[in-house]
Amino acid sequence: MSETFVGMPAFPPPAFPAFPKAAREAVNNPTLRGNLRHATHTIRAKRARAVAEVSDWAALREAGKQIKDHTLRHLDRYLVQLEESVTRAGGTVHWAADADEANRIVADLVKATGEREVVKVKSMATQEIGLNEALEAEGIHAYETDLAELIVQLGKDRPSHILVPAIHRNRGEIRDIFAREMSAWGRPAPEGLTDTPAELAEAARLHLREKFLRAKVGISGANFMVAETGTLVVVESEGNGRMCLTLPETLISVVGIEKIVPTWQDLEVFLQTLPRSSTAERMNPYTSMWTGTTDAETADGPRTFHLVLLDNGRTDTLADEVGRQALRCIRCSACLNVCPVFERAGGHAYGSVYPGPIGAILSPQLRGTASEIDASLPYASSLCGACYEVCPVAIDIPEVLVHLRERVTQGGQVTQRGNKVVLKPAKGHAAERAAMRAARWALSRPGALRTGQRLASRTRRLHPRALPGPGKAWTGSRDLPAVPAEPFRDWWQRTHGGKDSGK
Amino acid sequence: MSSRDAILGRVRRALADVRQDDTPPVPERPGRYPQYDEAIDRSYLREHGDRSVKETVDLLAENLADYRALVHRCTEEELPEVLMRLLTERGSTSVLVPPELPPSWLKAVDATRVHDRAESTPHELDRVDSVVTGCAVAIAETGTIVLDGSPDQGRRRITLVPDHHICVVRVPGQVVSSVPQGLERLDAARPLTWISGPSATSDIELDRVEGVHGPRTLEVVLVSGTPPEAEVTSQHLAV
Ligand code: SF4
Repeated sequence: MSETFVGMPAFPPPAFPAFPKAAREAVNNPTLRGNLRHATHTIRAKRARAVAEVSDWAALREAGKQIKDHTLRHLDRYLVQLEESVTRAGGTVHWAADADEANRIVADLVKATGEREVVKVKSMATQEIGLNEALEAEGIHAYETDLAELIVQLGKDRPSHILVPAIHRNRGEIRDIFAREMSAWGRPAPEGLTDTPAELAEAARLHLREKFLRAKVGISGANFMVAETGTLVVVESEGNGRMCLTLPETLISVVGIEKIVPTWQDLEVFLQTLPRSSTAERMNPYTSMWTGTTDAETADGPRTFHLVLLDNGRTDTLADEVGRQALRCIRCSACLNVCPVFERAGGHAYGSVYPGPIGAILSPQLRGTASEIDASLPYASSLCGACYEVCPVAIDIPEVLVHLRERVTQGGQVTQRGNKVVLKPAKGHAAERAAMRAARWALSRPGALRTGQRLASRTRRLHPRALPGPGKAWTGSRDLPAVPAEPFRDWWQRTHGGKDSGK
Repeated sequence: MSSRDAILGRVRRALADVRQDDTPPVPERPGRYPQYDEAIDRSYLREHGDRSVKETVDLLAENLADYRALVHRCTEEELPEVLMRLLTERGSTSVLVPPELPPSWLKAVDATRVHDRAESTPHELDRVDSVVTGCAVAIAETGTIVLDGSPDQGRRRITLVPDHHICVVRVPGQVVSSVPQGLERLDAARPLTWISGPSATSDIELDRVEGVHGPRTLEVVLVSGTPPEAEVTSQHLAV
């Protein structure tokens, strides 16, 4: 399965179990299930209130979608414009076609400073490319400074949620991890540390402050990059972002090429939709914006700024007429919190730094559908459509899921590393079996379906002649009506009679 | 081929199906991009609701407090007294001062002034108790204050490392209703910090804990008696 699967080191781990297998672990872990349920339901309710507060939400959502679509449509020109703006403002722009190249660029930049340690702000892009591991291999220690990321890093664990990556850990576990691991990384946890959140946060503050104050190199991602001005934007809560962005002498930001917006004014849309949709706040506690470097006289923040523009599968995704809308994503995580499958399966089951509905459409596009996990991800959904409803940039996730199912089962032309290739159908392969198990898992749970009344037929552009997925495999070449007239759930139950218990 | 050319080439090939379709996009120069404006439907609101100036200031105070900033209101004359009281109550013996903080503000304050200097190390800043600054703009709907590094605000780090930040907002002059109005007043070329309440985390079982790395106490003083800046600006532009 690996011949087309190149250039993705350490992500996913080579033998990552397919979706339903990994999901089973989560279902059997009551702590995880309880935490997840509590988290997703709490955030969901808060978010609904934060969104209801702005009467023009629908118009903001539409504008956000249009801005992102417009940017993607002219991405080459905006990338060049951004490069010019950042360079004019004193920054240096690097281009990385894949994870390896990005890691090499960053490692070389760090080595050129003579430093052996860096502080990091939480960044999906650097997790995606496995930057910490790559730096470690070069003898450079990368310290995560977001509280949840610190918990994950000290616990030698993986993040399970975009917004609250340590949501699978409860306070007792966090206390134990701090007490046991902090001393190996720096300042030890205070004696007699209890498990109250305030004390745990204080322990993290002390542990990390030492690192911030001596850090010479900071590494970040960015939520937005403004082509017109060269401004980068980081949205955060704890202040660790501000620390990493302002105290070090050198700042390296690794950002996916899809994070561009054309103009300064465009931020007025996303700075309203992102906080409300993500942390359910009117505004998150801290947002930093910087444009290149400042001149010596007023020197404020890093003297050296490097921007690494990351492709790593994004241009391949852009080449897919249906799938490219996934690049609109602003990583708010709202779709995770409404997803009945995510709630049961947990973030780890998605085998990627991008869990939940967005992960189910992004990972198989960024990485291709050759591996079992990536072939099974488009099936990790009941197509209920709740993700589309909450998405602040209106990504039609069910539409992309159906499209990717078709790709898995029927093969067809895709772009991989810039080249057009024709995929063979997964029929009869391990990938197909993994996909079917995932579908069975997602569909056979009444709980997962209770909210799932939306139709496969609601997808607008994609009208497959044969229903992709297990349907195709199990119904032979039976042609379907141009648009399936019955809900997917009904179709499933009718054709499979709910027989599969899908443990 | 460089990766730059490779990526740009991939983007162009990926967009082969849409190249023909519409708008020439890239703004020619800042402030003027009619074609881009036509491409985006901006029918969302410039501000939410219809408030008097006073109501807008009240909303700012309310939203700041809702995100657990401590809000104080006073007149220009009372300001030195208020700042003295806040620093004394806090027990601060040293206070960071941006280069052009109006000198009268701290005239009643005893605490040792520490000046914002490029040479100061983060460790030195870490030993200072409090910082007093002005701000660039405050946004009522979101309870946000924005610092832009102007001489009455100083470098970004001085409002980050000390554990206690007092920010003075001139009302109604520095107050806008909404995020769109706030962005209009800001200069992208300056380093900006948007602050909405003290730092916080919900990473442990979603319990909100105030103050992780930034100042754990944020006090905002709304000083009245200053003319609306909007009028000043529009007069200026009309010239
Ligand atoms: S897909 Fe939409 S809802 Fe999900 S994380 Fe991205 S922007 Fe948010």
